[in-house]
Amino acid sequence: MDVFHMLVTVLESTIRVSVPLIFAALGGLFTERAGVFDIGLEGKMLGAAFAAGAVAAVTGNVWAGLLAAILISVLLSLVHGYASITQRGSQIVSGVAINFIVFGSTVILGEAWFRQGGRTPALAGDARFSTITFPFAEEIRPVPVIGPIYADLISGHFFLTYLAFAMVPITWWILYRTRFGLRLRAVGENPGAVDTAGISVVWMRYRAVICCGILAGLGGAYLSLAMTAGFVKGMTAGKGYIALAALIFAKWKPLNVMLACLLFGFLDALAIRLQGNPLPLIGQIPVQLMQALPYILTVILLAGFIGKAVPPKAGGVPYVKER
Amino acid sequence: MSDIAIELRGIDKSFGPVHANRNINLVVKKGTIHGIIGENGAGKSTLMSILYGFYQADRGDILVDGRVLTIKDPNAAIASGIGMVHQHFMLVENFTVLENVMLGAEDSPVLNASISKARIELKRLEKEYALEVNPDAIIEELPVGLQQRVEILKALYRKADILILDEPTGVLTPPEADHLFRILEQLKNEGKTIILITHKLREIMAVTDEVSVMRRGEMVATRATDKTSVEELAELMVGRRVLLRVEKGEARPGDVKLSVRNLTVRDGRGVTMVDDVSFDIRAGEIVGIAGVAGNGQSELLEAIAGIRRATGGTVELNGSTVDVTGLADPAELRTRGLAHVPEDRHHVGLVLKFEESENAILGYHRDPAYKKGALLDIAAMRADAEEKIARYDIRPPNPRLKTANFSGGNQQKIVLAREMERNPDVLIIGQPTRGVDVGAIEFIHKRIIEMRDQGKAVLLVSVELDEIRALSDRILVMFAGRVVGERTSDAGEGDLGLLMAGVENRVENRMEAAR
Repeated sequence: MDVFHMLVTVLESTIRVSVPLIFAALGGLFTERAGVFDIGLEGKMLGAAFAAGAVAAVTGNVWAGLLAAILISVLLSLVHGYASITQRGSQIVSGVAINFIVFGSTVILGEAWFRQGGRTPALAGDARFSTITFPFAEEIRPVPVIGPIYADLISGHFFLTYLAFAMVPITWWILYRTRFGLRLRAVGENPGAVDTAGISVVWMRYRAVICCGILAGLGGAYLSLAMTAGFVKGMTAGKGYIALAALIFAKWKPLNVMLACLLFGFLDALAIRLQGNPLPLIGQIPVQLMQALPYILTVILLAGFIGKAVPPKAGGVPYVKER
Repeated sequence: MSDIAIELRGIDKSFGPVHANRNINLVVKKGTIHGIIGENGAGKSTLMSILYGFYQADRGDILVDGRVLTIKDPNAAIASGIGMVHQHFMLVENFTVLENVMLGAEDSPVLNASISKARIELKRLEKEYALEVNPDAIIEELPVGLQQRVEILKALYRKADILILDEPTGVLTPPEADHLFRILEQLKNEGKTIILITHKLREIMAVTDEVSVMRRGEMVATRATDKTSVEELAELMVGRRVLLRVEKGEARPGDVKLSVRNLTVRDGRGVTMVDDVSFDIRAGEIVGIAGVAGNGQSELLEAIAGIRRATGGTVELNGSTVDVTGLADPAELRTRGLAHVPEDRHHVGLVLKFEESENAILGYHRDPAYKKGALLDIAAMRADAEEKIARYDIRPPNPRLKTANFSGGNQQKIVLAREMERNPDVLIIGQPTRGVDVGAIEFIHKRIIEMRDQGKAVLLVSVELDEIRALSDRILVMFAGRVVGERTSDAGEGDLGLLMAGVENRVENRMEAAR
């Protein structure tokens, strides 16, 4: 296989693995820009993936699965919101708790309902998403360079993949061009300013948390309804944390989030590709190193070597009216 | 239309056991500047928060324009034409001026139209009230004076007819404060009503038409400003006669006790906070450092106290060198005769969850006098604390009470007692009366002068220019990390104000450049 084809293959799987990262990181962007840190992205995605797998398996309808995923994820977001916005608890503790509870309960419920060792039944036909092939993809494929790019990179993905990439400009627009976005950003920087302007800080933050729930739900549904055919125990495998790392790496900006997710996805795809294939000169690269790279890059960023990541000023702090 | 903008009838508000406002009656006439003064904790801010809808009164009526209103949230206040300029600005620092002005008053879900409308409206307000500010500037890049202007613009943009300003001059230089007062005059001439909350008597006398005095949650008097005096107002605030001007004799300076040479401090980001500062302080004199907050005074104080590492320069204490660029140990400095009253008593000076007696020896807890073997001698600590409580009139006189339960003034006295009673050679004090009521201020000022008269070298840092002028024998003015001038205690306020604003500095620089 020539280098070009290998590149196309790696890029194609980059896109595939980046999608859940993009959904989760954009979700995190909404809450964190509103001042609520969310370490529970992992748990939300996992819960959503399970709900999607279970409901799609039972109903045989992929859309029902998608809806269930969003519902469960939003519900978990509201739990996080209740603990950290209304009850002013620690956002980190609440997020970690959600991750643990979801990890355990998906296995228990999966085993109780389907008896397949924590998996949901394999999905087929209408119960899972199929890829969308653009017009003339097969006809153009033989054309050098443009052909494979059009047929493999642009065409042939899932509906959710296109939605994920569309969400990037949409998120940007919401954040910077709408009243909701202005208030959302303000509430993450100085909730006092929002409160004195006569806007409810609590309601703003709840709305941000719900946005996060919807996006994380889409990410989870992608895992069990599109990327694979069914739910597998612990299938998020740290994607929520990578998304969080990407969010920090992207300095909480939508376009950067997409680029960071693609970069981290690319590293992931490359790791799979390089497994067992020694590189010329360098030799075998340990898979673990490749898997750790997103975190290493984020730590380097946080240490101040690549610019500065300034989190929203009021992030992590529950809002209390001062007397 | 009545000629009364706001009337409060029998406003009452309690927070648990704290009765913050008792049966408050207040009449504010339209088109006037009405001052409200009172000590910290007198209930001024609570009252204004009720007016702005942050809290609901337990009892009483609010009348705006002669009609009884229920103000259940800031929205309702804004809708009835009340605007507020908060003491701590309620601005989003990384937003532009325009975005801040617009926030909460956008017309439509999509911003485009709101932005162009806000731009036009800002232009108009700018012209009408001479409130120039670049709408596209980022807030954090603006000087404080301009940030405050944005707060005022925010209120005007919301069509406020009644403007409440809460301690507006705390963060301003004297020239900036004067500018603010001119703006207030202008607003008044345009028919706006202004309520000015402050604890600075001088400001009340300078700009208000009428003044109301609050004491311990009650409204004790309302006077026409031109028919009252600073002395009468001070007495009304405190409830007894107070000395506003501390009596002090001539300084008799002795040997140099603290010598600072070319001290330079950079912060974590590498920004130079203290820039090549040198001075001496002799036994028996008070050297005051004047300056607007944030010009390096805090860092200077911390470097000398050994709690912040200096990047260059030397400090000599009692003739021997202090390792300020290395790790000067604050505990060791204490044994060498340096006492430090930190600027921020809540975060540096005290552990608020400790008992009074524990805070009274904090930092000196290794002293054998408070120890019994390896353990603390609780009885000795309490006895020592009781002695200090009596000498410094700390109330309530209970060494076992949690420190957080003392008022600001009494907390400050706990710190002062701890540091002054060690009989240091050099006393460095930051913001001795921040958040302290007038009665306690008088006491603290007397004690500081007593220390001087006992032959201590005193370094005083304060953002209250009046305090610096009242206590210091010599005044150094800091601007942008440098000492830009030295004056004697009789220096005029205008002169010092210009120095504090860096004006003199700029002139000198220009002269240097011309050479």
